Amino acid sequence: MVERTIVGAHYGLRGWLAQRITAVVMALATLVIVGGIWSASPLTYAIWKSLFAKWWMWLSLSLFSLAVMLHAWVGVRDILMDYIKPTGLRLALEVLFLLALAYYTIWAMQILWRV
Amino acid sequence: MPDPAEKKKRPLWYNLSPLNLPLPGLVSILHRASGAVLFLGLVWFLFLLDMSLASEAGFARFRGYVGHPLVKLFLLGFLWAYLHHFCAGIRYLFLDIDKGVGLPAARASSYAVLAVSLALTALLGMRLW
Repeated sequence: MVERTIVGAHYGLRGWLAQRITAVVMALATLVIVGGIWSASPLTYAIWKSLFAKWWMWLSLSLFSLAVMLHAWVGVRDILMDYIKPTGLRLALEVLFLLALAYYTIWAMQILWRV
Repeated sequence: MPDPAEKKKRPLWYNLSPLNLPLPGLVSILHRASGAVLFLGLVWFLFLLDMSLASEAGFARFRGYVGHPLVKLFLLGFLWAYLHHFCAGIRYLFLDIDKGVGLPAARASSYAVLAVSLALTALLGMRLW
């Protein structure tokens, strides 16, 4: 028999915390990425591509992509819970957006691994 | 007990528009709206990034595409959405650790979020174009 406390009050804590941690990760990554893009001049393809191959840019973008997925998922779920009342429709939209986010993350990784 | 006939006359619908949305409320709803907009824009940002890094020709196409005035306008809108979400998000992180929760501080920081995100949009917007 699994001992389980049935009090729902802290069930959202993990999502709440994940949203904040990923926010800090993205905020720091944003500064690195903007700094990198700011310094890239003149903007030619060679310079642009080599910018994304730099380890700190690559790391920041990878962390950012993973963080976006978790962060956006919590936000999207909050919005759907607030405005979409029919359970079936909400579930369908949640699945759709979750699949979209998973696809975006794979796509982002594909872009980053290619450079 | 109120008279049932009296009860029926109560308005079923309250007009809230005469109430002013306080500044922190405006920042809050814009935080949510900008988050939703950024989520919807995600597919487009990935498309642009993919195109710009794919090849020399893709990069040229990307530059041409981004040079279009309508595309620039959209990018400027997304830039503001990102910066507002960013600044308001930092404000919420401070509120989470109980910093600036008093009304004067909350109003001042709301004003700062709106002003700083607009100023940064102008600054970065000018740098990009």
